[in-house]
Amino acid sequence: MSLLELKNISRQFGAIHAVEEVSFKIEPGEIVGLMGDNGAGKSTLVKMIAGNFPASSGKMIFDGKEVQFSQPSDARRAGIEIVYQDLALCDNLSAAANVFLGREIMRSVGPFKFLDHRKMRERAAELFRELQSETRPRDVVKRMSGGQRQAVAIARTRLADAKLVLMDEPTAAISVRQVAEVLALIKRLKERGVAVILISHRMPDVFGVCERIMVLRRGHLVANKLASTSSPEEITALIVGAKAAA
Amino acid sequence: MNKSPDASNLDSVFNLSERSKLGELLRSQEFWIVVAVLIIGAVVGMIAPRFLTGANMANILQNFCFTALMAIGMTPVIMTGGIDISVGSTLGLTGVLLGLFCASGYPFAVVVLFVLLVGAFVGIVNGALVSYLKLPPFIVTLGMMSLVRSQTLVVTNNQVVYDFGKAGDTLLALGSGSFLGVPNVLWAVIVSAVVMQWLLSMTKWGRYVRAIGGNENAARLSGIPVDRVKVSAYALLGAMTGMTAIFLVGWMGAATNALGQGQELQVIAATVIGGANLLGGFGTSFGAVIGSVLIEVIRNALLLAGVNPFWQGTFVGLFILFAVLLERFRSTRA
Repeated sequence: MSLLELKNISRQFGAIHAVEEVSFKIEPGEIVGLMGDNGAGKSTLVKMIAGNFPASSGKMIFDGKEVQFSQPSDARRAGIEIVYQDLALCDNLSAAANVFLGREIMRSVGPFKFLDHRKMRERAAELFRELQSETRPRDVVKRMSGGQRQAVAIARTRLADAKLVLMDEPTAAISVRQVAEVLALIKRLKERGVAVILISHRMPDVFGVCERIMVLRRGHLVANKLASTSSPEEITALIVGAKAAA
Repeated sequence: MNKSPDASNLDSVFNLSERSKLGELLRSQEFWIVVAVLIIGAVVGMIAPRFLTGANMANILQNFCFTALMAIGMTPVIMTGGIDISVGSTLGLTGVLLGLFCASGYPFAVVVLFVLLVGAFVGIVNGALVSYLKLPPFIVTLGMMSLVRSQTLVVTNNQVVYDFGKAGDTLLALGSGSFLGVPNVLWAVIVSAVVMQWLLSMTKWGRYVRAIGGNENAARLSGIPVDRVKVSAYALLGAMTGMTAIFLVGWMGAATNALGQGQELQVIAATVIGGANLLGGFGTSFGAVIGSVLIEVIRNALLLAGVNPFWQGTFVGLFILFAVLLERFRSTRA
């Protein structure tokens, strides 16, 4: 059974058809690259999956059930987490505080409840260990490398036990050295049975970790094929329209 | 770079503290302000020996409290990236209402509750305009500063309130009394500072206040009730301003229209000198207290050293600039 299935999903903004009749399936633990030029409809598609706004038409089936998310918290509850491009972390807080932001572990003494700093640090350390990232739970995010920040953002999705993680350009704003670190984190998610949709412009990253690549052009899904049967040249041709479909 | 270190290796990394306790102390704004207070004290003590007498110390410890109480309340507001310049006016309004309600014969407990609610109400209006209507906090509270001050004149018809009726005895006893040799208002500062710091570091509310100041958008995306938390911070400041009015009027024995005029700047200065960042995300209630102490020590020391009191503002101003520079220095080195 597929984890996520989209059937003829469309979205219009007034007269603009941002996404048209897109259908695809994502299997559990699969890493799929979603590529396309600016304005091809990637963000719109991802935002519909994440519950930012509903589809104009079409069906979405997640984990065996037909779903209609009206807000991001609906999607999150179902098991879909999104790692935002700007990472949405609080620079002034520690890594552990960021991992648990909005989901703090509390300790109660009598009628009072307060933050269980130790338990959150320990659990955050467990998550970083699982991701094999050298990120210290106590450290303030402000002083972290791009790769460590990604680890914090990804640890948040692990905490929620997400089944599907949507990643928006996770390697766009970081150094070449750290890209390898982030790609390793994505593979770690796969080992845990988490499916990942990776939105990226960077051909080597997509070919480095993705088993399947989907290409959007002007709102249409023009390709959905195994990475092993394609090539960066073919994908580039599909993105710009030099090749109609594959 | 992460070359998949083995598990034991990672454990040793996780257990590393980023910096030592001593290093943390040396980097804290509060520590350096304490040092500044001690140095000023020592220097002024040499010039004017009266500065170090018990009577003068008691004087300082009484006087700084009113600014400190409000600065403790200001801390979470500034930590969310906000500001409230209407607190001086709110102090005036709650002060005269306190007098008027005592005079109308209500029991003291009822008057206290009412004054705290009025303060909280002003805060709620400020907070609601800032968070739900997304108006800039400076402008909202600038408007409120004028509005509330004018209402203070309206309700008193420009009369000084000094006849407090029956509840007045309790009010004056509270304001000028002491417990275990420590003035009541100083107890209020100590308890407020401890409770506030506990709220900031041990509760979800405190964590959210910090998170909103760090990255409001991220806080929202994490499902934090950002607007409610902001309103609560302004409301708490308003209530603490009402509490300050009770102690201040009880101590002075009269409530004038000008009560608290210009005090908002002292309160904000104390908070900022104590290490709160106006951009949000950082601050402690201890910092707010020590900032208030510094301002009072400067005022008191200049008087005793025989310096023309017109110079006070210059020194307080210099310390604000010094505090901001210190903060910049600490954050670029960190």
